[in-house]
Amino acid sequence: MNRTTCTTVPLYRAAHGRTGDKGDRSNISVIAWHPELFALLVEQLTPEKVAAQFRYRAPSQVQRFVLPRLQAMNFVLDAVLDGGVNDALNLDAHGKALSFLLLEMVIDVPDHLLPLLAGPTGDC
Amino acid sequence: MNAIVRPSLLVGCAAGFSGDRTDAAGPVVDTLIARLAQGPAEQRAFLIFETLAERTLALAQLRRRADPEAGYEPLLDAMLRPVLARCLSHGIRIVSNFGAANPRAAARHIIRMARELGAPVPRIAVVEGDDLSSPEQRALLHEQLGERMDGLAVVSANAYIGAEPIAAALDAGAQIVVCGRVADPSLTVGPAMSHFSWQADDWTVLGRATMAGHLLECGAQVCGGYFADPGFKDVPGLEQVGFPIAEIEADGRCIIGKADGTGGLVNEATVKEQLLYEVHDPAAYLTPDVIADIGQAQVAVQGSDRVLLTGVRGHARPTHYKVNVCHEGGWLAEGEISYAGARAEARARLAADVLRSRLAGLALRVDLIGALSVFNDDAGRALAATLDGGMRDVRLRVAASHADRSEAERLGREVMALYTCGPAGGGGVRTTMTPRLNTLSCLLPRQAVPVRFEMVTP
Repeated sequence: MNRTTCTTVPLYRAAHGRTGDKGDRSNISVIAWHPELFALLVEQLTPEKVAAQFRYRAPSQVQRFVLPRLQAMNFVLDAVLDGGVNDALNLDAHGKALSFLLLEMVIDVPDHLLPLLAGPTGDC
Repeated sequence: MNAIVRPSLLVGCAAGFSGDRTDAAGPVVDTLIARLAQGPAEQRAFLIFETLAERTLALAQLRRRADPEAGYEPLLDAMLRPVLARCLSHGIRIVSNFGAANPRAAARHIIRMARELGAPVPRIAVVEGDDLSSPEQRALLHEQLGERMDGLAVVSANAYIGAEPIAAALDAGAQIVVCGRVADPSLTVGPAMSHFSWQADDWTVLGRATMAGHLLECGAQVCGGYFADPGFKDVPGLEQVGFPIAEIEADGRCIIGKADGTGGLVNEATVKEQLLYEVHDPAAYLTPDVIADIGQAQVAVQGSDRVLLTGVRGHARPTHYKVNVCHEGGWLAEGEISYAGARAEARARLAADVLRSRLAGLALRVDLIGALSVFNDDAGRALAATLDGGMRDVRLRVAASHADRSEAERLGREVMALYTCGPAGGGGVRTTMTPRLNTLSCLLPRQAVPVRFEMVTP
């Protein structure tokens, strides 16, 4: 198979998501904007890469659950909330904003899939 | 044997947390009334309000200590009064955890409200057993939590109980069921169990109704609330975002929609985000009623603002209840000061250095609001790795907690002193002191937590 040319884009153009919290544990969904983009997410968004994106939060564990029928993944990050809603000193003690930290990661998208990306086309 | 297939059940949700909009219920109730008028005679409708979070209950317990008639949802009147008479006259029953730490006082409040509205006094049931305050239960908790509980000033201890007492209360003719700490999805599972006469071990249907309840329990969050992101996720009419209504079938499948004439939207994206909200292993979403499994779940649009959820499975419920113990956790001190104009970030960083030095002994968190704050961490690792970006309008925020109030109060005084002793041009100091509540969790066997309902006599 020929190597296709790729463009690097922010993850929020290929996926959306939401953060939830329970105690000191955060879960962040990553949902493909289009079924054809899902395989790219599974291939490139490894737990290791997500852990690296959250390196300053020093997660004790990052688990990834893959849901092909929803074209979604659920990342579960342990010990990233500085104790959680009752203990953290963060203004955002729930970590509500963390989905946007994850969606700032980048992924490589083959050029033929670029038309499936969300958002203004100039916004890369 | 022919099973009687009952027509679908409508469940509308009018609050997703304590403090949600109090004008949410009106359009939900109007829509339920319209659907009942169009539907088959045996169709039934429920209205739920979900108003409890981890800490809400402990705060309610503190209010009850101060006043024996308090301790239920403070917005109960504002939430329920606009729709109570219409619900009663149209046969829409109400299930909620707005009883919080005092379901009986909430029930008395609703009876007063009905009288003031000139409505017939409803049959109200309270669900009890979640509050683990008996000496035997406290001893059990000590056994479970061991030395972690030594010396703690316990404020509340509650089990997350399930749908069975709700269903039993409805079977006994309750028009309103007032609960304390029941699991959020159980507010939906209870009505479905009662309506469809489901058994408490029919795991598939309980799993499906649990996920219907999960979609409903955060109110507008499945209808385009908490979703909008201009240019990427545009939501029409967010200022009037609608609240959800689920149409649950006898096999537990559901269609999720929203109140007529409201803003927001229900589509595959909003439903997927809410489906995974606060879920860990999607194949094992633990509730007191069932272990729900969305590993094979699917969503499909069924028309305008209507999404069908299928493929949810259920597994035998956990043998234990989850218990949260809330205890006093010292004091949170916070202080803020703003810097603007040339070198604002440098001046804010210098002020932070001054505070770190003056407040040695307090574990100080430092944020530069406008440059790096909520993505920062308590240890300041992210901030230390971020160079001065030359931001021109920065608000320095510092925070610390301490068991001793007078120690924590040092923070506010030092932030205040920056007015005259700190870098140039600092302004807008605000300082706060907040008592903290911390939580411990454990599991208790179901038999240690007897649950029951009781009809309240006016």
